[in-house]
Amino acid sequence: MKAIHPLLRKHRGRVSTFALLGMMGLLAAGFFRVQVVGGPAWALQAESNRLRVLPMPAPRGTIFDRWGRVIADNVPAYSVSLFPAPSDSIRATLSRLDPFLGLGEEAVEVLVAQAEADRRQPLVVLRDAGFEAVAAIEERRSEFPGVFLEVRPKRRYMGGAALGHVLGYVGEISGAELENPRFEGYEARMVVGKEGLERQYEEGLQGTQGVRFVEVDAVGRIVGSFEGQAATPAHPGEDLHLHLDLDLMEFIHETFPEGMRGAVVLLNAEDGGILALYSAPSFDPNEFVGGIDPQVWTALNTDPERPLFNRAVVGRYPPASTWKLATGIIGMELGELHAGEVMPVACTGRYTALGRTSSCWNLSGHGYLDLAGAIANSCNVYFYQVGVRVGLERLVTEGDQLGFNDRCGVDLPAESSGTFPDDLSFYERRFGYRPAENEVMSLSIGQGPNDQTPLRMAQFYLALGRDDGIAPAPRLAQAGAGAEAGPVWDLHASPETLVELRRGLRQVTSASGTAFRASLEHWDLIGKTGTAQRMDGEPNDAWFLGLAGPWGVPSEIVVAVIVEQGESGSGRAAPIAAKAADFYLRRKYDIPVDTIQTLGEHLDRGVPAPWARWSAP
Amino acid sequence: MGALVGALAPRMRWYRSWARDPRLVALALLLSAFGIAMIYSAGVLNVPSQVTQGAWLRQFVWLIVSLSAFTVLTRINPGWIEWAAMPAFLLAVVLIAATFAIGTGEGTAEGTSQWIRIGAFGFQPAEFAKIAAILGLARVLAASPQSPRNLRDLLAPAALIALPLGLVVLQGDLGTALAFVGILFAGLFWAGTPALHLFLLASPGVALLLSFDTRIWSAYIVGLAIFVYVSRYRLYLAESFAVVLANIVAGTIALPLWNSLSGYQQNRLLVFLDPNLDPRGAGWNLIQSKVAIGSGGLFGKGFTEGTQKRLDFLPEQHTDFIFSVIGEELGFIGSLVAIAAFFFLLARLAQLAERTADPFSGLVLFGIFGAWAVHIFVNVGMTIGLVPITGIPLPFVSYGGTFLLTCWTMAALAVRLGEEET
Repeated sequence: MKAIHPLLRKHRGRVSTFALLGMMGLLAAGFFRVQVVGGPAWALQAESNRLRVLPMPAPRGTIFDRWGRVIADNVPAYSVSLFPAPSDSIRATLSRLDPFLGLGEEAVEVLVAQAEADRRQPLVVLRDAGFEAVAAIEERRSEFPGVFLEVRPKRRYMGGAALGHVLGYVGEISGAELENPRFEGYEARMVVGKEGLERQYEEGLQGTQGVRFVEVDAVGRIVGSFEGQAATPAHPGEDLHLHLDLDLMEFIHETFPEGMRGAVVLLNAEDGGILALYSAPSFDPNEFVGGIDPQVWTALNTDPERPLFNRAVVGRYPPASTWKLATGIIGMELGELHAGEVMPVACTGRYTALGRTSSCWNLSGHGYLDLAGAIANSCNVYFYQVGVRVGLERLVTEGDQLGFNDRCGVDLPAESSGTFPDDLSFYERRFGYRPAENEVMSLSIGQGPNDQTPLRMAQFYLALGRDDGIAPAPRLAQAGAGAEAGPVWDLHASPETLVELRRGLRQVTSASGTAFRASLEHWDLIGKTGTAQRMDGEPNDAWFLGLAGPWGVPSEIVVAVIVEQGESGSGRAAPIAAKAADFYLRRKYDIPVDTIQTLGEHLDRGVPAPWARWSAP
Repeated sequence: MGALVGALAPRMRWYRSWARDPRLVALALLLSAFGIAMIYSAGVLNVPSQVTQGAWLRQFVWLIVSLSAFTVLTRINPGWIEWAAMPAFLLAVVLIAATFAIGTGEGTAEGTSQWIRIGAFGFQPAEFAKIAAILGLARVLAASPQSPRNLRDLLAPAALIALPLGLVVLQGDLGTALAFVGILFAGLFWAGTPALHLFLLASPGVALLLSFDTRIWSAYIVGLAIFVYVSRYRLYLAESFAVVLANIVAGTIALPLWNSLSGYQQNRLLVFLDPNLDPRGAGWNLIQSKVAIGSGGLFGKGFTEGTQKRLDFLPEQHTDFIFSVIGEELGFIGSLVAIAAFFFLLARLAQLAERTADPFSGLVLFGIFGAWAVHIFVNVGMTIGLVPITGIPLPFVSYGGTFLLTCWTMAALAVRLGEEET
């Protein structure tokens, strides 16, 4: 090629420079658009790109017993969490985590479903990862993008199974709960109270969740906290102070007959504070912390002994002889019965009235008895006669009026009310027949359509034990915990009536009474045994309702014990009640606790009991 | 910037005598130093990364090597360059072909086999081939007695470039292929090819792009046919038919050609049209790059302070996406200065070509112009989604030893051939 003419070169140079200018202008315009026009929007995107919001769970309020001992607190636990991501990637990450955490295929599916249900919150894979799992994941951090470890407070229950029913347990909030108006403002992944006190006082115990902002890199690894936005600290939940006595609960848990079902309730007579509320068999709430093992859960739910069933508050049992005091109150307050009155018909082991013959438990008969004697001997024949005098309709109405259809209003999420006929139509509604007048006989000795919870019976005896006949509502939490106290139970009984009934109760534990062997060295224990026939024909349920305290002053505590199929109230239930009362009172009055407590235990082991009151008071 | 350099440079005699062309070399030096600084910044991460560790230091060593090569090459006889053009071209073609047999992957291009390794030393024949193709094309065009006047005159130069271009396409290196296209068109333009013929040469490529929609493509073919008819007095009949036929063929083979692309290449083209198509996959690079650049705003977040970069959101941040770091940390002002520096660099090449009477020298200068223009435009443009993402580095700035050496070799050729006065 010949040399290109200078003018042509100049022309081509100019053209190419213009083309170049166009290209570079295009780039400059493009950057202007992205950086200057779109800058703020992209800046926002950049923040959200690398910013992640992490909730900081608040430690739940600590629960204390009446002496200030910790019942439930929090310990730090490592949890393994995952940032929100598409389901597929979550599933993939979980299956790679599986060998280190031992989740199992089923759990992986549950977790994926959880992640899908709420796509904004990080998924908590494991709330209480062991040290080895944490170390293994920490070592392989780069292999697990989006996985992060954090320390979360974990609930710890001191009393273990002794307090399972009272405390309840905590767990991750469910989808149904999130939709419940009660849990307004709650977020997925939060740990909430599921049962018992944890549920009852959830709002106070929960505290306020905090948030912190962290920076993550492109693969979702946390690089550090974000400096542009201050974290909102979590506010711990409010502490909860209970009337409950931790040691007493543990004592009851240990002394309750192995393998038997039943309940024990101890109330403080002065304020209705619940000193103990125990249901056997129990469960260890610590098992639920950090997610319960599905196998354990299934076992708890299918166990025929029903360990999750709170017999003290939800269980209902025929009160049997323990209810005879209610018949006594009704008779006396209606003027059908007078203090010290001896019934005209002596107990010969059986009694016939209103076309029906019913027997006494003691077929050889008790002879002539006054009210106190009838209570002491639990004589059916005496109370048949009181019942016949009162009449079915009045006994039903008065019993309902007295409060045997109501519940205590205890501060627990679930409580059964008593079952008692509210009027005569009850029989038709319930059983489809008009009751014969002689139904009054079984009702007057605490049988028939009458079922009460151990807690309700305890409150009844609390009223009996007080001079005013008014029982405050049983309460677990001390004042200021938020939940309103239930209504007081006013028996509307005159002081004379109450004195007379207590005279009878005292005889029960005296030398001639059914529960003499349950009497205690230091304390005035009075009470009533009961033996209730079971519908299923199994051995009878055993009751003991008692009042105890130092001699010469009003009773300080009420104790109620039921042992399912315990056969004998005096033999089985009374010693449990006596031992629990003795344990509590000895510690209250600084008397060393002895393993041999009741008179019966002294006699059985040949330990001298010079204090035994062999002569009637 | 160019003015500043121009004002300072003449005062430094030793520099002038070493650089031969103070302005071009000053710009290249500035860009290289800037590149090392940005590569250093790209390595400042909040998360440890093996890839970028000490990369700036290795780049610095490569710059020394490159400057040595520059010093030697600017002192050789220009006649040798012309003499070596064709052998160099043939060698380059053989070397690229050889990568199919003995090539290995390396660094961020681990998955490919575009490298040839001799002991500890590895290089990419495709980079060398760019220089060789520039020289070869200049030789062929300069050898013809006059400017190309018809499409048949374009056959030889097009075929010459098509050889290495085809080979790099087979390697899957679309970015380098684009550079060859740039070299070809820049060379043909400087040789005086009429704009009409350049357009017709490019038209099958346009047909290929438009064939994604049959209706648009059909309209284009009809339009092309009319255009060819209108221009009938400037074209041979055979040319007209050949052009239309080539366009039809291009449109027809588009689908099988598309299917022959690997998945990631298809995705890159698709996400160019819509980055949100696959935001965590192929669209990720583009979205993250735009987020980084956009969040830089007017003044940027400050040197080494880019948050997106620090948190490793940016892909290939020391190589292909180095400009995203520039945009994020130095803002629009910094981007503009960098773009301006490249403009002055290329403008200087055009200026040198303008002054050069020797056709071979002018053609080489313009080949370099074409190669760098494509590299700069595609590399910078892809960071903000102006062009599809192709693995193509930024001259003098991106991390990469062979590439830096290539750039400085081209600069040396430009300086040596540009200083021949008329």
